[in-house]
Parts: sequence; structure tokens; C-alpha cells
Amino acid sequence: MAVRAQPINKGIALAGSAAILVVALLVLAPVGALFARAEGAGGISTYGWSVVRFTVFQAVLSALISVTLAIPVASALARRDFRGRGLVLSLMGAPFLLPSIVAVFGLLAIWGRSGIFSDILASFGAGPLDIYGLTGILLAHVFFNLPLVVRMILQGWAAVPVEHFRLAAQLGLGPRPTFRLIEMPLLRGVVPAAFLVTFLLCMTSFAIVLALGGGPKATTVELAIYNALRFEFDLSSAAMLAIVQFALCITAAIVALNLTQNAGFGGGLMTARQRWGDTRLAFWQDTILITITLIFLGLPMLAILFRGINGLGAGLPSGILTSLLISLGIALTSAALAISLALALAHLIDSLRGKFGKTIEVFAFLTLAASPFVIGTGLFIMINPYFSPFALALPITALVNAAITLPLALRILLPALTRIRQNYGQTADSIGMQGWARFRLLTWPQMRAEIGFATGLCAALSMGDLGVITLFAPPDIATLPLVMYRLMGSYRIEAAAAVALILTTSSFTLFWIFDRGGRLGNTS
Amino acid sequence: MAIHLENLKLTQGTFTLSANLTFATNQTTAIIGPSGGGKSTLLMLIAGFIMPDHGRILIDDQDITNDQPASRPLTMLFQENNLFPHLTVFQNTALGVQPNLKLSPLETETVDAALARVGLKGRQNDLPANLSGGQRQRVALARALLRKRPVLLLDEPFAALGPALRHEMLELVEEIRASQNATLLLVTHSPEDARRIAPETVVIADGTVSQPHNTADLLKNPPRILAEYLGNT
Repeated sequence: MAVRAQPINKGIALAGSAAILVVALLVLAPVGALFARAEGAGGISTYGWSVVRFTVFQAVLSALISVTLAIPVASALARRDFRGRGLVLSLMGAPFLLPSIVAVFGLLAIWGRSGIFSDILASFGAGPLDIYGLTGILLAHVFFNLPLVVRMILQGWAAVPVEHFRLAAQLGLGPRPTFRLIEMPLLRGVVPAAFLVTFLLCMTSFAIVLALGGGPKATTVELAIYNALRFEFDLSSAAMLAIVQFALCITAAIVALNLTQNAGFGGGLMTARQRWGDTRLAFWQDTILITITLIFLGLPMLAILFRGINGLGAGLPSGILTSLLISLGIALTSAALAISLALALAHLIDSLRGKFGKTIEVFAFLTLAASPFVIGTGLFIMINPYFSPFALALPITALVNAAITLPLALRILLPALTRIRQNYGQTADSIGMQGWARFRLLTWPQMRAEIGFATGLCAALSMGDLGVITLFAPPDIATLPLVMYRLMGSYRIEAAAAVALILTTSSFTLFWIFDRGGRLGNTS
Repeated sequence: MAIHLENLKLTQGTFTLSANLTFATNQTTAIIGPSGGGKSTLLMLIAGFIMPDHGRILIDDQDITNDQPASRPLTMLFQENNLFPHLTVFQNTALGVQPNLKLSPLETETVDAALARVGLKGRQNDLPANLSGGQRQRVALARALLRKRPVLLLDEPFAALGPALRHEMLELVEEIRASQNATLLLVTHSPEDARRIAPETVVIADGTVSQPHNTADLLKNPPRILAEYLGNT
């Protein structure tokens, strides 16, 4: 039987092609510029290779630790029902939105030289803890990714039919057969993807390494690019490093793409899976595990809150309002851009379906592999001959942030659009509901919750990002995360704490407004 | 075996289910009524997946109200997902004999025999995904057969099947029940199913469980609430 593709709506084709063009310009052009520029460089130095080795090493280790710890925590959360369980699950979502430089600040307040644990150790006459270097990088990466992986595994739990748990109970399967029959298959489905996503995030993480790493022993490729551009102004080796980074990440991204079906940003398992034949030992194991996780995640956040309130009392550094407005402007611009691109692409992918649609989907997700610094370096090289890149710091940051958050937005919007087509597409087609009317009357009411959620995520992530802005920012212009980083660098800890609180509050508020707005008065 | 529900009461939010009755021993009772009326909930209570707020569940005068699901003398078949998708037909059935799937040669033979009995000879190595809906439920029936529990609870397991296939499956169920002299509770929304294999029928609506009635009489002369559900007012 011959399959003929349905004709595609002209508006969708136009908007979709425009979006593809923008993404190509944003991602492919900078990568092309890198290749052109890197030609002059004589390959990668020994130092360069040691940086690459460390980058992969810390990313593998971070992912391994996060996943290994997340598996028992997720099972405990999946099976235990207790008061405040919903709150705990929300807490698991918080680190994802927490600006990384703020998280570093919170972690230092607990684990740093003058943090709580060092103080406790000091009262026993033991030396202070020192987390700078690999330890700190791992700690911060686990802080960010453990809850993310827990949520991904919980989605795996949610996908297991409730009948299977009843079946296990009825057949009297003990803990071991239950693990083998129910938990193992679900982990097999989720864990490889979770590992790769975590690996990818840790490969491209910059702010954490900038603040906690550095030196010859703890430098990642991203940090090396930053050093090459910012301090040595060595465009060729920066380009060379960016190409290596791109190659590494694109490999991981292609593998990850084949494995990830859910991105782990859903609500997770909102009701606990009941289990029968519980033991006291299992109860206490789970309780202790959940408590330790809560302390590990909660203490740094509490530290941010309390130090921030103290810092606010001591007064704000000057120019903070300007920085807040700059950050908000960047967040809103990049979120608007990311969501428009994602919507246009999602419509095109969904109406093409089949092989063609899949190709565009893959292409859009590969922007994930182009880390902010890869794109940033490329843009820097492209712009440098014509303008001062420093004068364009803010628009470039907004653009790069949009490109970085685009895959995330697409991951959320595309399944929603597909769902709408499957449920109502034929009805809409049969009554000739097309173009703008279809979006206004069908798509928007049906997926505004997802659009709100995605916009909130993109805005909050962009607001808290400390990435390319460090490459381009002139001394007199700064986003809030950059202000905070500079304050930490000059040991003005109280002021940094105050900015951390303002930054976190505004990021979370942005997310809350959009997410809430999308669901308000929702009837579907 | 006699199933006796003594002043059973369960409240879930605004929904309340109450039951006080005895089901006929060693025969089939149909449970019929509108969706959301509490049919499935009643079976879940008897199977031990939900705990009642008040009252007792007795099977042959034995109080099983606080027993674990596995230690109750019953097998429940769900509407769907009775099989683990990653296990073969043989493995899914064998779970009824050995939860760790380490079977003696003799046990392997009984599993094969049970599969042959439900008409799945030679399908041992298939995965559930390669079976039709009816065949999947046959596997679940084979497992129930092996567990040899004196009470069978069926929660609309054939609702998704076409009429001819459904009748065939019902006859198989009744045959298995009769051979084991078991007591069977069958949740269904089809009066025809009830007429076919259940001498007695219980009506559940709005959380209230009626006393068992003779099925033929009940359907000939339905009370108002059943008549509304059946649509022949």
C-alpha cells in the first residue's frame, strides 16, 4: 500500500522552516566558524588532552554516583506514603531550577572551609573541610542530578501498571522476586537514559567548575575555553577545544536521544505505590534513606535562605536593581524566543511525522550537544572581526540561552501536540479547522499548561545561568549571577548571600508565574 | 467455600461502600451494576488490596480481614495487565507454582498441562505482546488454575473481547470453576454473562450491595436501579 503524505498547512511549513533556519544559524554557523578558525591551531596540547580526560572522568563519576544513589532513594519514595510526600517530591524538582552559582554558595555554606561541618569538626580539633577541586565538583553535580534522576526513575515507577504490584502481592512474591520482576525491568528502561543525561549535563556544566574547580588538576573543557578566550585571547585554541567538546557531547547526545523517552520533568509518581507484606527493617531503611536525602538537599537551600536574609539586612551592593532588570530582560527574551522556536518546530515535526519529522527532531535536540560555550565561542569568532563582542554581551547571552533551553521546551511541547492531534486532529480536520483558528481554539486551550510550564522552565534557567555572559560581559554590565560570582570572588560573602536570595527568589517566581498562569482556569 | 461479608464498610472520600451478605458456595455469582458503583472495590476488599474501615470478611468461617493478599485462599483476575510483559507465557504461568521460577521437571509438566487446558499448547515461549487480548487472559486463567485456590475473583477480565470470544472464555471459566469446585465472583456489566454462567446475581449501585438473587428472576423483574442501568425501563 502506498502511503501518501498529507499536505502540510502553509503557515506551519513557513514558521517551521523559519525556525529551522534560526536554529541552524544559532548552532551550525558558530560550529562552522570554530572549524574555520581552528585550522591554524596545531592540534591539541598535552594540557588540552589532560583537560579532556578530566572532563570525561568527572562527568562519568558524577553520573555514576548520582544514579547509584538515586535508585534506592527512588524506590523508597515510590513505596512510602507519608505526610509531606508531595512536598518532598517538589523539593526534588527545586535543584533543577536553582541557579548553579547559588547552589555552589549553599554547598560552600555547608561543606566549605567555614561551613557548618567544618565548624563542627573544629570543635573536635579537626581541620576544616576543603571541597575545592574534584570533591566539590562531584558534590555539586550530585546535588543537582540526584533529584533529577530520582524523578526520572519515579516516572518509570509510575508507568508500571498497578495490577503488577497487586499480582506480586497475591502470588506472595518476596522482596527478591519482586525486585527481579518489577523493579529491574523498570530500571533497565530508565537508568541508561538517566545516566547519559546526567553525563551530558556534567560534561557541559560551567559555573560549578568555575567556582569550585580550576587549576591544572580540576579544569574542564568549558573552563579551558573560558580561560583561553578571556585571559589569553587565544581564539585558535579556544576553537580547537570547543570542537573537541562538541564532538564529545554530540556522541553522548545521539546515544541519549535513542534512550530517553521522558525528560524527567513531569510530576513523577504523585501517589505512593502501596505494598503489602512490609517489614520493620524495610520501613526503617526507607525512612533513613529519605531523611538523609532531605538533609543533603535541604541544608544548602536553608543556608541560602538564612544567609540571604542576613545579607539583605546588611544592605545591598549598588547597581543591583539594574542587574536584576538585565537578568529579567534576558530571561524573558530568551524564553519567548525558545518557546516560539519550539512551537514552530513542534508543529512542523508533528505534521510531517515519519522520517522527515524525526530528522528535524534529532536536529533540534542536537543543539543540546552544542554547549553554551561551544556556541558562545563560535559567535565570538564570528562577531569579533566586525563588532566588539563585549558590546553585544546581553543579546548574545539571550540568544545562547534560547538555543540551550530549546531542546527542553521541545521535549515538553512535542508530546503535548502529538497527544492533541491523536485525540482531536481528525475532528478538527474534518470541520476544516486550520491555521490560526486551530491554534487559538484547539491547540492553545489544550496545551497551555505545557506551554506555561515550558516557558517557566526556560525563563528560570536563563535567569540563573552563569555561562557565556562571563565571556562577553564588560566590567560595567552584569547579570545577577555574574554579580554574585564577582562578589564571591572578592570575598564579599554577605553581599553575595543577599544577591543569591534575590536571584533565587526571582528565578522561582518567574517559573511559578508562568507555570501557574498556564494552569489557571484550565478546564481540560 | 462460603464467602461472608459481615457489616463491611469502606469510605474513600465521598464514596462509601457497605456490604452485608453471604455468597453462594461452590458456584458462580455475578456482580452487576453501573460504573463507579463499587463493583471493583468490593473485589479489591475481598482480595485484600484495600482494607475496610469496619466489618469482617470470612471465608468458611475463617476471619481473613487482616490477612495478606498472598495468604488468602483466592485468586483474582484483573481486567488487564495480568501478565508481566517481559516474561514468556510459560514464565507468567509458572509464577503460580514457583515465584522464583525454579521449577522441577514435574512442575514444568503441570504448567504445560495448564496451558494446554486453556488452549495455548505450543505458545510457551511467546511474549504477552505477541498474544491477542483473549489469549492473554487465557494465560492468566492457566495461572489461576495452577494456584488451585478455592475462591476465584474475576474483575471484568473479558470486557474488551468480542461477544463470541467472551462466551467461549466464560464457558472455559465455568468449566475450570466446576472442576475445582470453587466459588466464583464475576464482575460484569453484561446481563447476558450473568445469565450464562451465574445462578445468582448481586447488584451494586451507589456503594450499596444487594442480597444475591436468582439471576433469571432478577433480570426478568429488575428493581428500579438495575432497570435504569440496563436501560429497559
